Amino acid sequence: MIQFTNVTKRYPGGHQALNNVSFELKSGEMAFLTGHSGAGKSTLLKLITCIERPTTGQVMVNGKNLGKLGRRHVPAVRRQIGMIFQDHKLINERTVFDNVALPLVIAGLHNHPEIARRVRAALDKVGLLGKEKQYPVTLSSGEQQRVGIARAVVNKPALLLADEPTGNLDPDLAAEVMGLFGQFNQVGVTVLIVSHNVDLITRFRSRILHLEKGGLV
Amino acid sequence: MRIKNYFLNHLYAFFYSLGQISRAPLSSVMTVVVIGITLAFPAGLYAVLKNAQQLSAGWDEVAQISVFLKKDVGGQALDDLAKRLHDRPDIAKITTVPAAKALEEFRKLSGFDDALRALEENPLPSVLIIQPAAGYADPTAVEHLQVSLRKLPEADFVQLDLQWVQRLHAVLEIAKRGVEILAVLLGLAVLLIVGNTIRLGVQSNRDEIAITKLIGATDGFVRRPFLYAGIWYGLLGGIIAWGLVSLALLLLDEPVRKVSALYDSTFTLGMLDVWTTLLLLTSGTLLGLLGSWLAVGKHLRAVEPD
Repeated sequence: MIQFTNVTKRYPGGHQALNNVSFELKSGEMAFLTGHSGAGKSTLLKLITCIERPTTGQVMVNGKNLGKLGRRHVPAVRRQIGMIFQDHKLINERTVFDNVALPLVIAGLHNHPEIARRVRAALDKVGLLGKEKQYPVTLSSGEQQRVGIARAVVNKPALLLADEPTGNLDPDLAAEVMGLFGQFNQVGVTVLIVSHNVDLITRFRSRILHLEKGGLV
Repeated sequence: MRIKNYFLNHLYAFFYSLGQISRAPLSSVMTVVVIGITLAFPAGLYAVLKNAQQLSAGWDEVAQISVFLKKDVGGQALDDLAKRLHDRPDIAKITTVPAAKALEEFRKLSGFDDALRALEENPLPSVLIIQPAAGYADPTAVEHLQVSLRKLPEADFVQLDLQWVQRLHAVLEIAKRGVEILAVLLGLAVLLIVGNTIRLGVQSNRDEIAITKLIGATDGFVRRPFLYAGIWYGLLGGIIAWGLVSLALLLLDEPVRKVSALYDSTFTLGMLDVWTTLLLLTSGTLLGLLGSWLAVGKHLRAVEPD
């Protein structure tokens, strides 16, 4: 699903965020990405989502070489990835329903009953059914995070990326959210989670990728 | 399926853009009103000009040529000349004004009765007032007639009474060009107004745009609502312009009626006709679309997720 081959990323200005990184995440696999802040975790995720391009080396996602991808083809790649962010990245002017429905609308789905059905299913999965009409700011941080997860999975992507999804949550909520990822993985979704939460990570018997100073160790 | 989706995508953007506009009603209304006033200016001038052209168009047909004859032409010679000219196909009617009659009329009308009585001889020449035939009333034919009359040995001076109408037409032509230039300039102003409003819209929706792009929206998906917003601004501005011009014409109608009654005319101001209205609304809409297209192309690229 994800394959990095000798990937180096140097930002303009000289800062080298990733140094000769190679790894492969197979379809259906679940892995954690750990490392101190500044170790290159965010850069690695940005390379997978085409926000940044590798300086050298090759990034393959779902069989596509992202380094050679034209600007026009980036949206199609992003639609196949469900992304969860530490700061949720919800649209505050829109209701929970509209936020979760957005990936479906972007993908060109216009059948309203079908959209409603899928949005409800996604919200049900994260335990937020009944909050569709609320606005994100009226929800707690944990609830907002779960809205973000519902939005990431509503389109049934083959790959889930999560950037510090439990960063702002208390231990119980964090465990609950991590459990959700486990469930998605069990139904065949490839999952890559960036996390500091060593306690939680060790509960899963998943692979751990550890970044240090731009290199995998 | 693809085509259906295409239309549904546009339908979505259509309603979404309406929602965007209604979310910031005050600034949207201000933008629309400013566009309306800007469009109303050339549209109003155009309407006035068109009315003036319509009013003066009828004057062409009352073209008259006055032929002032040499002093020694009078009596029988005058009648002979009139008879001779009447055979020409391009002349419909000739009125002869012998010198004596002209003096009498002048005396009556001018009030210089005593002064004229003091003169030993009649200073006025005989005059032929010639009305061109119906088929020869256009400016070039009249001009042609005038030239050939000037060549008559009996003629002293030929005056085309239409000259001032022609001058008026020339002035109106200049005014028309002026209105066209003004319309282009104000059209540019509308582009800038719409462009600026869209730019502000992009800026205030920066986060939303970045998020939407991050979860896989194409440039077209992000651009569409802004293009529709531009269309809305332009169309609503055009409607307001129409309203303003119609209101102005309505307010002017009464005084114009009074003035034309004083001139024994039944002229009334024409309202904006269907074509002008369509032109106004279409150009408003297209300017709105173009303005937002220019702005959105430039500013959306700058908003990328980080």
